[in-house]
Parts: sequence; C-alpha cells; structure tokens
Amino acid sequence: MFHRESGYFKTTYRADQALYPLPIARWTVAVFAVLALVLPQLLTVLSGAQSAEYYISIVNFILIAIVGALGLNILVGYTGQISIGHAAFMSVGAYTAANLAVRAGMPFWVTLPAAGLMAAAVGAVVGVPSLRIKGLYLAIATLAAQLIIEWTINHVPWISGGSQASIEIPRPELFGFVLKEHRELYYLFLVVAVLSIVATLNLVRSRIGRAFVAIRDQDIAAEIIGIDIFKYKTLSFAISSFYAGVTGVLYTYLYGVANYENFQITTSIDYLAMIIIGGQGSVLGSIFGATFVTLLPIVIRVFMENVGVFLFTEQELPAVIPAVRLGVFGLLIIVFLVLEPEGLNRLWRNIRSYFRVWPFSY
Amino acid sequence: MLRIRLPGAAAIAAGALVLGLALPAAAQKKDIVVGSMCDRTGATQTVGVILCPGANDYAALINSRGGLDGHQLKVIEIDNEYKVPQGMESYERFKKEGAVSVLLYGTPHTMALTAKLTEDKIPGTSPGFGTAAGADGKRYPYLFPIAATYWSQAAAAVKFAKDKFGGNLKGKKIAYLFYDNPAGKEPLVILEDLAKLEGFELKTFAVPAPGVEMGAQVLDIAQRYRADFVITHLFGRSPSVSIKEFKRTGFAMSKVIALVWGSAEADLEAAGGGAVAEGYNTLQFAGVGTDYQVHKDIAEMYKKQGKQPPKEMASTVYYNRGIFHMAVHVEAIRNALKAKNGGAITGEDVKNGMEKIKGVTLGGLMPPLELTPVDHEGGGWVQVFTVKGGKLTKGSDWFRAYPDVLKKHIDADAKRT
Repeated sequence: MFHRESGYFKTTYRADQALYPLPIARWTVAVFAVLALVLPQLLTVLSGAQSAEYYISIVNFILIAIVGALGLNILVGYTGQISIGHAAFMSVGAYTAANLAVRAGMPFWVTLPAAGLMAAAVGAVVGVPSLRIKGLYLAIATLAAQLIIEWTINHVPWISGGSQASIEIPRPELFGFVLKEHRELYYLFLVVAVLSIVATLNLVRSRIGRAFVAIRDQDIAAEIIGIDIFKYKTLSFAISSFYAGVTGVLYTYLYGVANYENFQITTSIDYLAMIIIGGQGSVLGSIFGATFVTLLPIVIRVFMENVGVFLFTEQELPAVIPAVRLGVFGLLIIVFLVLEPEGLNRLWRNIRSYFRVWPFSY
Repeated sequence: MLRIRLPGAAAIAAGALVLGLALPAAAQKKDIVVGSMCDRTGATQTVGVILCPGANDYAALINSRGGLDGHQLKVIEIDNEYKVPQGMESYERFKKEGAVSVLLYGTPHTMALTAKLTEDKIPGTSPGFGTAAGADGKRYPYLFPIAATYWSQAAAAVKFAKDKFGGNLKGKKIAYLFYDNPAGKEPLVILEDLAKLEGFELKTFAVPAPGVEMGAQVLDIAQRYRADFVITHLFGRSPSVSIKEFKRTGFAMSKVIALVWGSAEADLEAAGGGAVAEGYNTLQFAGVGTDYQVHKDIAEMYKKQGKQPPKEMASTVYYNRGIFHMAVHVEAIRNALKAKNGGAITGEDVKNGMEKIKGVTLGGLMPPLELTPVDHEGGGWVQVFTVKGGKLTKGSDWFRAYPDVLKKHIDADAKRT
C-alpha cells in the first residue's frame, strides 16, 4: 500500500530476502489476511445471510480465477511463451479429480494435487513444441492441444464417463463436514488461492523464476549464460498447467460436475484477457486482472439495472443490458490498455509512486 | 495527470457498485420472484433474442391481468453469454432476490446447477437442455426438463420415420447427422437400441465444431450411403448449413427430420428461405405459429399500452417456446399458491406445484404435459411441423414414442452412479 521505505536498514540476509521487508507491508498483508478470514461473517453482518451468500459466490469466482490467472501468468508473463490452451489443462484437472473422486472415492485433498500433477504432465508434453517455435506459431500449437484434449475427452468414455462427457462429483468433505454453500466453499478456495499466491511470489524470485524471466527477455542469451532452455521451458509449461489443473478442480467442486464444455477456447481467451488487463509478469497483476474481468460485467449490469429504468421500458431493458454490458466491457478494456499498456498493475504502481513522494512530485 | 484522475474514477465505480447492490434489495414483498437465465449475446444468441422476450411477454400478460392470486410476477432476466460462471453468478443473484423458481438455459449451465438446485430447494426448468436422465424426478428432485429430452426426441423421430414407411423399418437405412458434442451424441444410445428393435440400419455422421462445414458428410449420406431417412441433431448455425447442403445434393427434404434445435424459422431463413427447405420436417416441443389465443392476448396487451406487438412474435418457434417455458412456472406457482391458501410460498412449494401440472394446454400451444414426482419430463411429447409452401405447418398431433425403451435407459442411467 502507500508507504515509504526510508529509515529501514537491513542487517541480515534473512531480512533482505523477506517477502515483505517493511513492517508496514507486513501489517498490510496481515490486515488483508484477517479481512479475508472473516469476510463471510463480515458480509453477513453487513447485508444479511441471503445477500452475503451472493457476494461470497462472486468472491469465489474471483479466487478461482486468481489461481488460473497466476498459472497462465507464469507461462505467458514470466516465461514469454504464449498459450491459448490453458482451459484444456483445466479440463484435464477436472476429469482427473472427478474420476479419482467417483471411482476411488478419494477426498478433495488428494484429488486436488493429483489433478494438478496430471495437468502438469500433460502440460509438459504440450510444451515440447515451444522448444522449436515461438510467438504466433506456438499459439497455434497450443490451440491444437486445446482441440486435441477436448476431442479426446469427448470421445473416450473411460475418461469422460459416457456420451454426456460429464461426471457428477460429490461435494468436498473435511472431517465429516460437507462444504456445499458458497460461504463454506469459500475457505477451500481461499486457502488454495493464498497458497498459489505465496508459491508464485516465491517462485518468481527463485532460481527457476529468474531463469524464466531470462528466457522471456532473450532466450539465446539465456542459453549462452547456461540456462537449460529445454528444462525451464518444459518446467514453465508444467507449473502453469499445475495451476490450471487445480483451477479446473476448484470449478468442478463448485459446480458439482466435471464437464469439458466449461473449459473451451473462450475460457482460455478469458484468462488471457485477465493477465493482459492485469499486467503480464506480475502476481498482483494476475489478482487485479482476475478481479477486474470477473467483476466488471456484474458491475456494469447492476449499474444498468438501476440507471436503465429511467431510459428504457421494462420490455426493452433485458435486451439493452447485455448489449451495453458487452460494449462497455470491450470499450473499458481498450481504454485501460491505451492508458496503460502494461495493465492495472502498472497503473497501481504509478499511483503508489505518486503518493510515495507526495506532496513533492519532483 | 492520469494518476490523480483514476482513483476518482475508481471511487465512482465503487460508489456505483455499493449503490447498485443496495438498491435491488428493497423489493416489494408481494411480488413473486422468478429467475430467468438467458443468452442474448453468446453462442446461442439466435435463440435467446426470441425466446426470452416470449417468456417475458407471457409473464407481463399474467401481470396485466392482475397477477397470480393478487401477487405480481417479478421476472429477473440475466444474460450469461452462454458462460457457466456468469450463469452460476446469475443463479446466486436470483437466490438473493428470493426467487422461488428458475428458468434455466444451456446444457452446461443446467449440469453445473443440478446439485445446487437440490441443495437450495429451488426448482429449475430446462426444456431442451441438460441430460435426458434429468427426467428422473427421484434422482433429480428439483430439476425439471418439462419438454421432450433428446432421448424422447430421437425415439419420436424414429417413430415418424416408421409411420412414413408404412409401419415397417426393416432393412431401411437411417443416417444420423449430429453435432459432435455431448448433446449431439446423447441420442445415440436410443437410436442404436431402436435400430436393433426395429431392424433398421443406422449410420452416424459427426459434424465437428463449429458445425458450419458438413459438405462431405451430407454428400456421403446422399450419394454414397443413399440413406432412406435422415435424422439431424444440430445447433446454432449448423442446421441451416445442413439444409443448404441437402438441397445442393438434391436429397429429398421430406426424408429429413431435425430435432428441436434445428427447427426454427431462423434456420430456414438462414438456409435461403422456406422455399429451399420445402418438405423439411421438424420436431417441436411447443406449438408453432400465431394461431393461439395467447398471441392475441399479448398483442392486445401491447395495444392497450399503445404499442405494436413485438417483432419477435413473428419468429414463432422460439417465441412460443419462451411462452411455454414461462407458462410452466406460472402454473406451478398458481398450484403452489392454491396449496398454501394464500400464504408465502417457497421453492419447495413451487416444486410440488410443478409436479401437479396436468391438462394445461394454452389452446394447443403446450403439449399435454403431465408432470409427476417421478416423471419430470411430463411425458416427452413432441409435434412434427413440416415446411409446406415455405411455412412450418402442422404435420402431426402431439405424440410420443417407445416410452418403455426410454424408461429402461433412464433406470439404467440412475443405477450407473
């Protein structure tokens, strides 16, 4: 948040390497953590249980989107490898979890990592072409992966559980307590999202993360200074797909059904939009992007529902709202990108650095 | 100076959000809230732009006549772009507003909400979407397909062919042209079973997404396989493409029947007008045309408001399905109110009311629907409309086929899990 760095001196390596070196930053994180923990109760107190459930459902979608966006950002933002097959890895995770849960009766804390690993394995294979091709060509290769995975799930009943390609999955259970309401599932999603955020923050400042960035910036130079391109590109695909697989599982537990129609190319595009709007190569950017893309259509709609009644008749309004929402959504994305091509994260940093020296802006 | 302006913009946006979310909470007590999922902007927008106004107009008609037992219907329509997260968010919104029933839209959405409906005890209707197994009211107590499922439609299509060939399908060659997705593949099990039962030969022709290229498949059906009869099950743009291709190969349209999502006026128009599709047979789960009393009533309602009847009314297949969809909810709520004797009704009451629906016809627009706690499909009735003189004209009365075969499959599917 808004704070200044002067006056803090680091005397140990440990202090220098801390995720949040400044006490005020640590306090900010602590406040956010407490807020996140009591959010359902807070919303219930503020708006009643019925409304709180609705708001929490929106937060849940944001949390899930954060996990997926972080994964894609590792691949696209940090390593510079384009992928438009991200949703396919989600479906790999979804079906892995559903099969494990239904056939072997496994609990979610087994299916969740298992599905991630399965998606990572598939992702690593899909990442192989990235060694030879880049940019648009790689985009098409990952698009092919998306279609191949979709086709496979659609046509192999052993994976998909029949012609409807959908597997009903029981609600997650912990110590005999079934999580089904949104405010219950919220904690599952919160834990996974926080783990993903912390893991990504640490990953990108580790040796692996530095290698990713080196490959993104100039892969030949990276190779010359001794970075194993094959290893790190494959690793990047695998890690990114792990996140995607976990995202797929979270969606599956939320819906109570694994269905590949939820993970088609439009979903991949949505996730790309999130990281482009939020800011590539940035953890905070992924969070901003996921929040923005999830919230914006809802905000526009609610706004239109309240303002539109003054402008349109009751019969016209239902037709006007979706049209306006689509238009404004597209327009706002363009406006934001023109104002700040590096995304919301950069915008946030600009605001921060403005207040950092405020009121002396020179 | 962007840096300064943007926090202001954010504050306005946040203010709008708070204001916007706070306002709808102040709804009137007397209204009965019904949630309506809709797709006016997504993959199936050609359906949504006609179907949703139909549903809304019928609700408005009920309201203009004093509502139900003095309660006004408050229909909340939310567009979801055919995206499941948006669909689920809209469902939660309906729940927040106190909806007692929900009009679902879209197969993936229906699947994703099936568990939730039962947990929340809010009945949802999915005419023409979802899985055929949803007809089993014991297994899915709060899910109501209310119209013929793809299984029932496939059985009816075979029955239609059988009647056409004088009651015998032995040795006949039937081609099944379908969109290669779960919904497209669903009727396969029924068709395969009926092929054995009736002794016809079945060959399947898959059309991959996005379904706008099927020249090879149609040529194969018409010239190489030389099918005696064709059943098509396509969505979106693809039905019109199939009509064009059949026309091009010179295949007789009268030997083609489309399941319910390839059977609207929009499909004929996109194929080049009704004349191109002369003879084309379509399955319908709601009446087609405007020769029903309810259309006159809706037009009358608009006239009283000093307006023209909506242009959507002219596209009768989807408009009438919208009326049908809303009418089921209206009847269910009416039954629920009657059972509660004027007391406040919940989703559970509406569910019970829905299971009592019987003998509501809307002058023939609705099938002879009979919903029971066991059968949430209501019998699986369909009607055939054939293109004659460029227009969809009634080709049969309401009928259903092979209920025993369908029952066997529904029971088998219930055992699977």
